[in-house]
Amino acid sequence: MRQKTPKLVCDGVWKVYGDNLDVVFKSPASSPSATDLATNNLIGAVQNVTLDIFDGEIFVIMGLSGSGKSTLVRCMSRLIEPTQGKVLFNGENLTEKSDAEMIEIRRHKMGMVFQHFALLPHLTVLGNVAFPLEVQGIGKAEREVRALEVIELVGLKGRENYFPRELSGGQQQRVGIARSLAVEPELWFLDEPFSALDPLIRREMQDEFLRLQGVLKKTIVFITHDFDEAIRLADRIAIMKDGAVDQVGTPQDIVLNPATDYVAEFTRDVSRAKVVSVESVMSAKADNAPDGGYSGYIKASAKIAEIVSQLKKATTAFAVIDENNNDKIIGEITRDDVIDVLMQG
Amino acid sequence: MAMTSKPSPIWQRPMFQLWSVAFVVAVLVQQFAKPYAAWAFKFPRGWQTRLRYHISDFSDWLLNDATFGLFTFTEMTRAMAWLMNIPYSGVKSLLATGLLQGQGSDAIQLLPPLSWVAVVFIVGALGYYARGWKLAVLAAGCFTYLALFGQWQGAMITLSSIIIAVPFGILAGLFLGLGAHRWPLFAKIISPVLDIMQTVPVFAYLVPILVFFGFSPISAIIATIIYATPPMVRITIMALGQVPSELSDLGNMVGCTPRQKTWKVMIPSAKENLMVGVNQVIMLSLNMVIIASMIGAGGLGFTVLAALRRLDIGAGLEAGFAIVVLAIALDRLSQGFAQRGEQSQLQSEKTTLFKRYPYTSVSLVVVIITGVIGLFWGVMQAWPEAWFITTGKSANEAMKYINIHYYDLLEGIKTSLLLNIMIPTKRFLLSLPWPVVIGFLGLAGYTLKGWRLSLLCMVLAGFILITGQWQKAMVTVYLCGISVIIAALIGIPIGIMASTRDRLWNGTKVVIDTLQTMPSLAYLMPVVMLFRVGDFTAMIAIIAYAITPAIRYTAVGLRQVDPQLIEAGVVSGCTPWQILTKIKLKLAIPQIMLGINQTVMLALSMLVITALVGTRDLGQEVYIGLTKADIGRGMVAGLSIAFIAIITDRLITAGSDRIKQRLGLSS
Repeated sequence: MRQKTPKLVCDGVWKVYGDNLDVVFKSPASSPSATDLATNNLIGAVQNVTLDIFDGEIFVIMGLSGSGKSTLVRCMSRLIEPTQGKVLFNGENLTEKSDAEMIEIRRHKMGMVFQHFALLPHLTVLGNVAFPLEVQGIGKAEREVRALEVIELVGLKGRENYFPRELSGGQQQRVGIARSLAVEPELWFLDEPFSALDPLIRREMQDEFLRLQGVLKKTIVFITHDFDEAIRLADRIAIMKDGAVDQVGTPQDIVLNPATDYVAEFTRDVSRAKVVSVESVMSAKADNAPDGGYSGYIKASAKIAEIVSQLKKATTAFAVIDENNNDKIIGEITRDDVIDVLMQG
Repeated sequence: MAMTSKPSPIWQRPMFQLWSVAFVVAVLVQQFAKPYAAWAFKFPRGWQTRLRYHISDFSDWLLNDATFGLFTFTEMTRAMAWLMNIPYSGVKSLLATGLLQGQGSDAIQLLPPLSWVAVVFIVGALGYYARGWKLAVLAAGCFTYLALFGQWQGAMITLSSIIIAVPFGILAGLFLGLGAHRWPLFAKIISPVLDIMQTVPVFAYLVPILVFFGFSPISAIIATIIYATPPMVRITIMALGQVPSELSDLGNMVGCTPRQKTWKVMIPSAKENLMVGVNQVIMLSLNMVIIASMIGAGGLGFTVLAALRRLDIGAGLEAGFAIVVLAIALDRLSQGFAQRGEQSQLQSEKTTLFKRYPYTSVSLVVVIITGVIGLFWGVMQAWPEAWFITTGKSANEAMKYINIHYYDLLEGIKTSLLLNIMIPTKRFLLSLPWPVVIGFLGLAGYTLKGWRLSLLCMVLAGFILITGQWQKAMVTVYLCGISVIIAALIGIPIGIMASTRDRLWNGTKVVIDTLQTMPSLAYLMPVVMLFRVGDFTAMIAIIAYAITPAIRYTAVGLRQVDPQLIEAGVVSGCTPWQILTKIKLKLAIPQIMLGINQTVMLALSMLVITALVGTRDLGQEVYIGLTKADIGRGMVAGLSIAFIAIITDRLITAGSDRIKQRLGLSS
C-alpha cells in the first residue's frame, strides 16, 4: 500500500557551527572526521546524514537532547542553512532555491508543529489557525472558512474566539496542529509536539495524531526524544546520536536487531510483543489445515501483544492472512510461538 | 581545569604578585618622584590637544559655511524645526493656548483650548479603558490636582511637548532596534553609540542643539528625543531577541516575507517588553522637563527653574511636585495600556459609530459640551486663579523654621564631614600622579577581563588626560565616589531589610518608584536651602538621587535567590543570620554590584546638575559650556564624564560576571 517514492531525501547533510568552516569543508565531498572538527573548534550538530523519507509514511527521528534532531529537521525545511549536502523535496534540491522560492514552497507545501506550540499571543484561535493563509494574502472570509474546518477537525469547535493563554496545553497544541494543517501541506514536520504535555494528555494526543493521519495520509517527519512514542507512532525510525544517524528501520527492525550498543540501550526495556508482528513469528503454512480446523484468522501485520487474548483459548494454530492480498492464508501461528516472544520480555 | 589540585597560597598567585609590585611602585612614585618627574603630577599644558577648539571651529563651520549643495546646514536645521513645530503648535493650541491669530501678546484667541473638565474626563476615560475604575480615578485625580493647585497652564505646555516627543522617540527607537536586530553589523556599530549617548550628560548635547536650533520649545523637544530614545533602542533589541526562536521559525515556516515576519510575528510577540520601552520613553521625557526648559521649553520645568534661581523653595516644590503628579499619571496610564490584554468576546455586529467607538464619542460629546458651557461660565473652562490652593508658603515657613532652630546642628554635620572625609579624599586623589591612576585602571581591566578591557580603560582615561581635564576629572571621581559609597552604605541595608517581608518590600517599592519619577533638579532645592551651595550640598543631592538602585537591586537580588537553596540552608540548621550572610548575600552579590553600577551612573548624571550649586568638576565645565554656548568645551567635558561612566560600568560589569561565574550562576 505504501508507495515507495521518496518525498524528501537528505543527501550527506552537514550542519557545523564555528569559525573555521572553510578549513574542513574544502570541496562538496568533504567528510571531516570528529577529530577534524575538534581541532578546528567546530561543533558538528548534524553530521553526514543521508535519509529517504517516503510518501505517506510517518518517519520518526528519535534522539536525546543535543543529538541534532531539531537541527536536522530545520535543515530539511531550510530554517537552518545546511553547511553542506543536498535536501531533495519532490526531487528538487531545496538548498539551491532562492528565498522567494522557499517562501512559496513553505507557504503551500510544508507545515510545522512546534514543541512549545509557538502560538501568536495576540491572535485568537481562529486568527492563529488562519495565520498561514493570511500571510499568503487570502481574504478574511475565505481563510476563516478554511480555518474553521481544520479547527473542527482537531476537535476545538466552539473555541475559535479564545486566546491561546485561555487554553490548556493540550488544546494549545491542537491549535498548533490545526494551523500547520490549514494550508494542506504535503510534508508535515512535527518537532517534539507532545513533549511539553502531561503524560495522560500526551497519550491522548498521540491517539489523536494517529487518527488524523489515518484520514490525511501526509508524509510526516516526527521528532521525539521518547523511544516509546517513536515505536508507537512510527512507520520507520531514525535514531540519532551526536549529530549522526545510528540506525534507520521499522520499530521491529530496531527492537529485534539494534545496530549499535547505543540503540540497544533504548530497546532493552521495550516489550517485544508490542513491536513484533505476527508475520515475523509465524511458521510456514502447513499443507493441510490442522485437525479441527484453524482456531481463527489473524492479520499478518498485527502485533503479538494485540493477539494474546485471542490465543488464550485456542487449541489449534491460527491462520495468518495477508490483508493486502485478498486475505490469503500465508502461514500459521501457535500458542507456543507467541509464548516464545513473550518470554523474551 | 584540574578541580582537584590544591589552590596555591595567595602570595604565589601571579595576579597577587602583579598587584603587589604595582602597589609598591605606585607608593614609591607618589612619595618620591615629584622632584624628578613633575610631568607625572601635573600634565604639561604643551602636551594637551586642542580638540575642544577644533570641535568649536567645526560647529562654527557647520553653522556658517556648511552646505549640501542645494541648501545649507543652517537651512536644514531650520527646516527640521519648522516641520516639528507644526504638530507641536497644533497640540499646544488644543491643550494650552487655544487657537490664536497673531503674534505674542497681541494675539487674539479664536477658539479656547480644551477645558480642564474635558481633559480630566478624557484621561479618566483612558484609564477606564486601559484598566478600570481605579486607574480612571487615579489619572483623573492627578489632573484635577494640577488644575486646583494652579499648575494647569504649565502642565499643559509640558504635556504638549511630551505628546510630541514621545511618539518620535518610540518610533526612532523601534526602527533603530529593528535594524540592529536584522543586521548584526548595525547592532555592533550602534551599541557603543548608545553607550555614549546614555552616559554623556544631557547638558553636553544641549549646547549643540541650542546652537543649531536656537532657544525654543522645538530645541527642547529635540533634546528630549535624543535623551529618551536610547533605552527604547536597547529594549527593542532585547525584546526582539527574547521572542522565542520557535515563533521566529513559525514566521519562516508559514512563508512570511521579511516584512510580514517583522510586523505580524516579531513585534506582536514582543509587545509586552516593547511597552516597557514605551513607558521608559515617557518617564525619561518627563525627567528632561526641567533641564529642557534651560533651552526654551516653557511649562512646569521653567516654573521650577525660575523658582530655583530665585530660591523660592515653595513655588519650586509645588511645580516640581506637579511634574511628579503628571509623571505618575502618565506612568500608570502607559503601564495600564501595556498590561491590557485582549479579551475574548464574540464579535457582534456593531452598527452605529457611537457603538463602535464608545470612548471616543463620549469624550467628544464632553469636549463640546464643556467647551460651550465654558464660553459662558469660566470655571468650567479654567479653574479661577482666586481659588488656587497653595502650599508654597508653608514649605517656605518650614524651611525657615529648620534653618533658625537647627542651624548649628546642620552646620556641624556639614563641617565635620567636610573636614574629616571629603577634603582629605579630594586632596589624596588630586595628589595621585596620573601614570599611577591610568596604570591601575589598566591593571584592573586586565585582572577582571583581559587586555582588551585594560586597553579600553587606559585609552578612555588617556583622553581625559590629553584634553587637559585631569584635575577636574579627579574632583568628579572624588565627589561621585564618596556619594556612591555613602549611598551604598545606606541603600544596601535598606534593601536587605526591605527584602525580608513582602509588605515592607511593596511599600518600599512605591517610595522608590516615586523617588525615581522626581526630576533630578527637584532634589537640589531643599538641600540648597538647608546647606547652601558647595560640595557638601552636591553630595547630599547626589546621594538622594542615586540611592534608589542600590536599594532596588539589593532587595531584588536577595529575593531572587532560589528558595530551594534557602530551604537547604534551613534544613542544614543555619541561623537566620547565617542564611543571610552565607547564602543570600553571597548569591546576590552580582546583582548588588549591578545596583552599585546603576548608582554610579545616576550619580554621574546628577553631578552635572549639581554644577548649578557651584561644584568645581567636569559637570561645571559642561555647564559653563552651555551658558557660554561653547560647543567644544561642553562636548569635551561631557565626553570625559561619559568615559568615566563607561570605565566604571565595564569594570563593575566584568567584576560581577567573574563573581557570577565563580558562584556557578552562569557558564
